[in-house]
Amino acid sequence: MKQLIQKLTETFSPSGYETAICEVIRKETKGLADEVRLDPLGNLIARKGSKSKSGLKIMLAGHMDEIGLMATHIDENGFIRFTGLGGIRLTGLAGGRVRFMDGTPGIIGSDRLTDLTKAPLLEQCFIDVGASSRKDCPVKVGDVCAFERPFIDLGKRMIAKSMDDRIGCAVMIEALRTLKHSPHELYFVFTTQEEVGLRGATTSAFGVDPDIGLSVDVTLTGDTPKGSKMEVALGNGPAVKVKDGGMLADPRIVNWMIRTAEKAKIPYQREVLEGGTTDARAIQMARAGVSAGCLSVPTRYVHSPSEMVDTGDVQNSVKLLVALLSAPVNL
Amino acid sequence: MPTIGNAQIKLLEKLCNACAVSGDEGEVRKIVLEELKGNAENVRVDSLGNVLGTRAGSGKKRLKVMVSAHMDEVGFMLVADDGEGLFRFETVGGIDIRQLPGKAVVVGKDHLPGVIGARPIHLTTAEERKQNIPLDTLRIDIGPGVSKVKPGCRATFATRFQRNGPVLISKAFDNRLGVVTLLELVKNAPANIDLLAAFTVQEEIGMRGAKVAAYTLNPDLAVVVDATPANDLPSWDGEENNSFNTRLGLGPAIYIADDNTLYDPRLVRFLSKTAQAEGIPIQIRQPGGGGTDAGAITKARSGVPSVSISVPHRYSHTAASIASLDDWKNTLALVLAALKHITPGLLASERG
Amino acid sequence: MNDITPFLKELLTASGLSGYEDPAAKIISAKWKPLVHEISRGRLGSLHGLRRGTGTSPRPSVMVATHMDAIGLMVTGIADGFLRLTQIGGVDSRVLPGTLVTVYATGAGGHRPIPGVVVQPPVRLLPPEIGLNPVPLEYLFVDTGLPPRKVAGLVQVGDVIAYAQPPVELSGEMIAGHTLDNRASVCALTVCLEELQSRPHVWDVWAVATTQEEIGMIGASSSTFELHPTIAIAVDVTFAKGPGTGEWQTSSLGKGPTLCMGPNIHPALYKAMKDLADRLEIPYGLEYSPRHTGTDGFATQVAREGVPTLVVGIPLRYMHTPVEVVAVKDIQRAGRLLAEFIAGLTPDFMEKIIWDD
Repeated sequence: MKQLIQKLTETFSPSGYETAICEVIRKETKGLADEVRLDPLGNLIARKGSKSKSGLKIMLAGHMDEIGLMATHIDENGFIRFTGLGGIRLTGLAGGRVRFMDGTPGIIGSDRLTDLTKAPLLEQCFIDVGASSRKDCPVKVGDVCAFERPFIDLGKRMIAKSMDDRIGCAVMIEALRTLKHSPHELYFVFTTQEEVGLRGATTSAFGVDPDIGLSVDVTLTGDTPKGSKMEVALGNGPAVKVKDGGMLADPRIVNWMIRTAEKAKIPYQREVLEGGTTDARAIQMARAGVSAGCLSVPTRYVHSPSEMVDTGDVQNSVKLLVALLSAPVNL
Repeated sequence: MPTIGNAQIKLLEKLCNACAVSGDEGEVRKIVLEELKGNAENVRVDSLGNVLGTRAGSGKKRLKVMVSAHMDEVGFMLVADDGEGLFRFETVGGIDIRQLPGKAVVVGKDHLPGVIGARPIHLTTAEERKQNIPLDTLRIDIGPGVSKVKPGCRATFATRFQRNGPVLISKAFDNRLGVVTLLELVKNAPANIDLLAAFTVQEEIGMRGAKVAAYTLNPDLAVVVDATPANDLPSWDGEENNSFNTRLGLGPAIYIADDNTLYDPRLVRFLSKTAQAEGIPIQIRQPGGGGTDAGAITKARSGVPSVSISVPHRYSHTAASIASLDDWKNTLALVLAALKHITPGLLASERG
Repeated sequence: MNDITPFLKELLTASGLSGYEDPAAKIISAKWKPLVHEISRGRLGSLHGLRRGTGTSPRPSVMVATHMDAIGLMVTGIADGFLRLTQIGGVDSRVLPGTLVTVYATGAGGHRPIPGVVVQPPVRLLPPEIGLNPVPLEYLFVDTGLPPRKVAGLVQVGDVIAYAQPPVELSGEMIAGHTLDNRASVCALTVCLEELQSRPHVWDVWAVATTQEEIGMIGASSSTFELHPTIAIAVDVTFAKGPGTGEWQTSSLGKGPTLCMGPNIHPALYKAMKDLADRLEIPYGLEYSPRHTGTDGFATQVAREGVPTLVVGIPLRYMHTPVEVVAVKDIQRAGRLLAEFIAGLTPDFMEKIIWDD
């Protein structure tokens, strides 16, 4: 599974430009689903099974996109000004490396800063691709790039860019591989444009029209020095979301997830996240409403180019997802 | 090939001078309904006040293309009567309150004249003049003795449309330029598509009209025609202006990304190619910030691939904006050419 | 007219935070059951009561949406038996210190309510920059007084906490309590349903107690999609004149419900309701909402192809505190106005709901 995670996290596909990662996932899931289609917003929808008498229509959502940058202006000396795609962290931006979709590498610099104790504003930053004029700059306005950082396997832990949410995609792919029997009609949806506002999940949930929905995404942790007071920690198992900044998980879904984890003796932790939200919110809001929840993979340093997950948490996330999907659901 | 002549400029003038603040678009709606008479089928006003109409094509395998332009403009709503013709008001849509003092306005359906004054400079201190004049100290003054004006009435800037050779000056170019362009498109709709026209409401307060219009029309793709700021002024420090959004006179502006939408790359590429083939100048609107009705349309139902083409204009959302006649002409030409050449194969191609 | 106060007080002692509305739904459901023909829960928990009209099928329908969810707190962590908190809905943490609450514990000890109080740690136990400034929610605790080991066994992350302030009857038929936003409107809708027992109505009536309004009109959005009504009326509380409130955004307490106008509202519906209130000599206030009404009406209006929407307000003081205040008379008037409006809906009513430009 680590190879899969490496492949997924080393692919460049910021929000709205998910073609590359979509191709990787399509290949990885080949032959595993009964039907695969793309919807008008580029969501990759893989259906497995049909609704049996004791089954439900369940939608799983892991987003394929990652945060990135888009060029807004090339100045006369070939420096590139940019805007963010998704929630860009300004601290740690300068000195970072990026790669454009055509492979062009670049680094992020900033205007002269009068106060070095403060992070520069987005408007004060630029990308340098080594060009010396507007003419010889290979990047055009509207071109997008993502942060460049290789995958590192620490054994017990893994570090990569875009663990958010390629780790969710990996968990879903692995679950799709492992799952033997399910009474349900399952939709593994690899969504687009989550980082810019849950857009892919909004439209795919309308299209799929599920009975219940689960997103598989990362969540923050409170286990780093002088960090937030959050109770989630790396290594304590997948997190069952109760609440985040945008959604209250359906309590029946929370109970179902916890019952399943306890029965299968899979470690889990209850999650209340102060900020942020996931595709589950968009699923919940679809049509006449959908009971929704989220299986979270605890992740440190989210939205930095080095996001860290625990290997055991990832494996247990797969186990929990498979257990959830293998049996009838009685909410 | 339709173009912009005196008739179209007259129509734009009429549209610009109308008062149609978000939520109260009746005056523009009336003009639109009048213009659509005999030019579109199935014309109707929906529960939010959107005007919807169709021009069915005649070819085989026709795409259903929604073309939308919002009718509303930013402005004011009176919220309390202080007596003596003075009214407290709130802004509707994104208005910089520094733009308000000293402006003439028109109030209500009858366009009663009013003004927004400011405390005499003599009665202010130097320190006070460094601060913004807060909205809650400003009033719209229509003079005493008028019984027709009540809280709830909307008001806009009183600026009248004028043309100065190649240049147009008015309030509300955002988005009467889009409305007038869409009216021309309906009148000259190409036969290869079903043109679903949506003149929408409440764009400036969150794309509310477009949300339901897109649900109702259920199109294959959408083209949003709007007006976008041109901030092509010199930078204070003399450095290169790298944040101009668009530039006046360089042609229609094509959106790639804004705060609400990542425009469909296939449609963006198609527009660029069409412009090149037709010899129409275009510019890429700088990505980021802002938004158009596409934000709501893209997310309707199972998703609608969208693109947005805007007419650049300086000083958007103020009492007096400036636009270029040529930019408008080229916008109409580009959208029309694109609609004429669009085929279902486009949406089957790779997004890239 | 029945005395609505006992039912209101019952509602004000129930929890039912956003996303966890069952305790409120149970009480409302029991009250509504004899007043409607069918009752069910929507997919996100909204309570849907149907009163069939006398018109020939298919009949137009009016949905009256009143949200039943309450704002409150949730446990994010436990430190030495003290509960760390986050908010559900818009809570001003300056109002919290010293507030009695109920922790709905779901830990190993089973489901049970535990009394507690929101406490503000002494200044020396807080970051020095706070000093005598308001203490942010992240530094407040709920103390149950129980020993840490006991708390750890009872309470878990994600448990909800509700205000425990019991309802108080003030003089002048004013009532104070938590969650009058928006159980006051649920009561008004109940008054309306009671009135309709003796008033024939042509249209179908969907009485809806919505969920998760405080999180973003989530129940209203989904219920409107599901029920697909011809028109929708959102009833919610609005700011009453009171200490520290501005002038133009407020209405007088006890001077009747408010009728709201603005972009969320269909002007023809507004006019129809206003004309009716004038004809019946039911007092009302006018409310102007230039952008977003902040009510379920924001969601009902844009469901599916759009639903003509009306927003009726009940003036309330001290919104989102544990001691909100309303006038019982305003609730009764709102209920009666709704009933009269519904009874007056003719088969061709929608022909009048047009944009008169």
